[in-house]
Amino acid sequence: MSDDRDGAPEEAADDDASPDGGHASATPSTHTVRLELVDEPGQLLAALRPIADNGGNLLSIYHERGNKTPRGRIPVEVDFEATQERFEGIVEALRSEGVNVMQAGTERYAEEVTLLLFGHLIDTDLSDTLSRIEACASASVADVSLAAPQGTEEASSARLRLEARAGETEAALAAVRELAEEKELRLVEPLTGVEA
Amino acid sequence: MRLAVIGAGAVGRSVVDLASEYGHEVVAVADSSTAVVADGTGGRDAGVDPDAVVARKAERGIVGDADPADALAADYDVLVEATPTTLGDAEPGFSHVTRALERDRHAVLANKGPVAERFGDLRAAVADSAGEIRFEATVGGAIPAVSTVEDIEPGHVTAVRGVLNGTANFILTRMAAEGLDYEHVLAEAQDLGVAEADPSFDVDGTDAALKCVILANVLSFGAADDPADAREFTLEDADVSGIRDVPGSALRLAAEDGRTVRLIGEATGETVRVAPRLVPENGTLAVSGTQNIVQIETSHAGRLNISGRGAGGPETASAVLGDVGRLE
Repeated sequence: MSDDRDGAPEEAADDDASPDGGHASATPSTHTVRLELVDEPGQLLAALRPIADNGGNLLSIYHERGNKTPRGRIPVEVDFEATQERFEGIVEALRSEGVNVMQAGTERYAEEVTLLLFGHLIDTDLSDTLSRIEACASASVADVSLAAPQGTEEASSARLRLEARAGETEAALAAVRELAEEKELRLVEPLTGVEA
Repeated sequence: MRLAVIGAGAVGRSVVDLASEYGHEVVAVADSSTAVVADGTGGRDAGVDPDAVVARKAERGIVGDADPADALAADYDVLVEATPTTLGDAEPGFSHVTRALERDRHAVLANKGPVAERFGDLRAAVADSAGEIRFEATVGGAIPAVSTVEDIEPGHVTAVRGVLNGTANFILTRMAAEGLDYEHVLAEAQDLGVAEADPSFDVDGTDAALKCVILANVLSFGAADDPADAREFTLEDADVSGIRDVPGSALRLAAEDGRTVRLIGEATGETVRVAPRLVPENGTLAVSGTQNIVQIETSHAGRLNISGRGAGGPETASAVLGDVGRLE
């Protein structure tokens, strides 16, 4: 999945220097930045240049053309590999170029959370439920399993696996909680942060 | 210590039965309408005959020929309050305890009502008394939850959570293991005597919530420099949902993913919450059957887990008698 063709510097030598696997800050990891761009030609390229120029290895770009931020701009998500130190330099460079960095975090969806929903899932429009969870900026529905043992009219259960950005699991859960309440569904939340 | 045991249910009877093993003596026992008080013959140290009390309760439904008020007025060192838990004003348990404190005697509670619903009033009564109160038996039966929190110091405990109701845990365990629905397993639990005829208190989460409210009070009052600044919790402050409507299909979906559902209670000095939660199937909190577990999250000592029997006469009596020992 990683693409080194653009010549991102290899950090393997540094890796070998810390065989104990301790916090090797020189090891590149995947980072995601969420940018807000004005809908004008050249904006995307202008936003990507500081990443490449500062040693980031571009992995993917998600240009949400259909969506608008509250300020009427276009959200763009960029994934790239960089060491922690370079990552900080990149965010700084983006900001000094006037690019609005809405979010900057390591790994796009760093946290996974599994939950159960039960009740009248079918009658309350399961696909609407799922797309509304998706619409919540902090999470994406990675997997759904449904069990409707008594047919569609009776209570059924679903297991959902959500992917959330680092530190946003609680926000994602809150969104699901609210939706469950509105649709009179019961939610079984995971005990997050406890499963050690 | 000389004990007056108020309440002659499973816990009260076990306290009467086991007190001598712990070096204590029962000088009075009362149920809701009768009592027995040691008459002092054979010296001040002659207590009531535990076997006779237990036999009278079993055969005739009474503990003696005296009035319950006589037991409350008896010459005891520690009052053991083991009457059924009541909500709201927590009476008559609350008055039993405050009467003991007014007489500068200690009280040990197995009754959750007063510590869950009127913790502030109790603390105020303790402040005016030479007596103390203890209530280990109100949380997690035999599990030393309250004293462990006290040993760590409430200011260094960030949260306490766990499985605090054996009936609900039994039902969830059986549903997951047998693929049965709630109603089915409840009937089985009632046959086995694990669930009561009216299981609401257990399956709606009320019982677990009361225990968490008590823990929240221990954390809040224990961490405050001045008790007047401490936040008091009652059942009303708890966010509670039970297990009554959890379908078997939800447990199956959880199991497919290596998880299961447990009724988990959580208390911090700020919140109380009880709800069915997804936990790893083989994780620490996924205790089986009627077992309970208390997990204590600390600032400097990591996480502590204590599991064991959360209910039962002798188990709960052991917590009561442990408290009596701490008062010596």
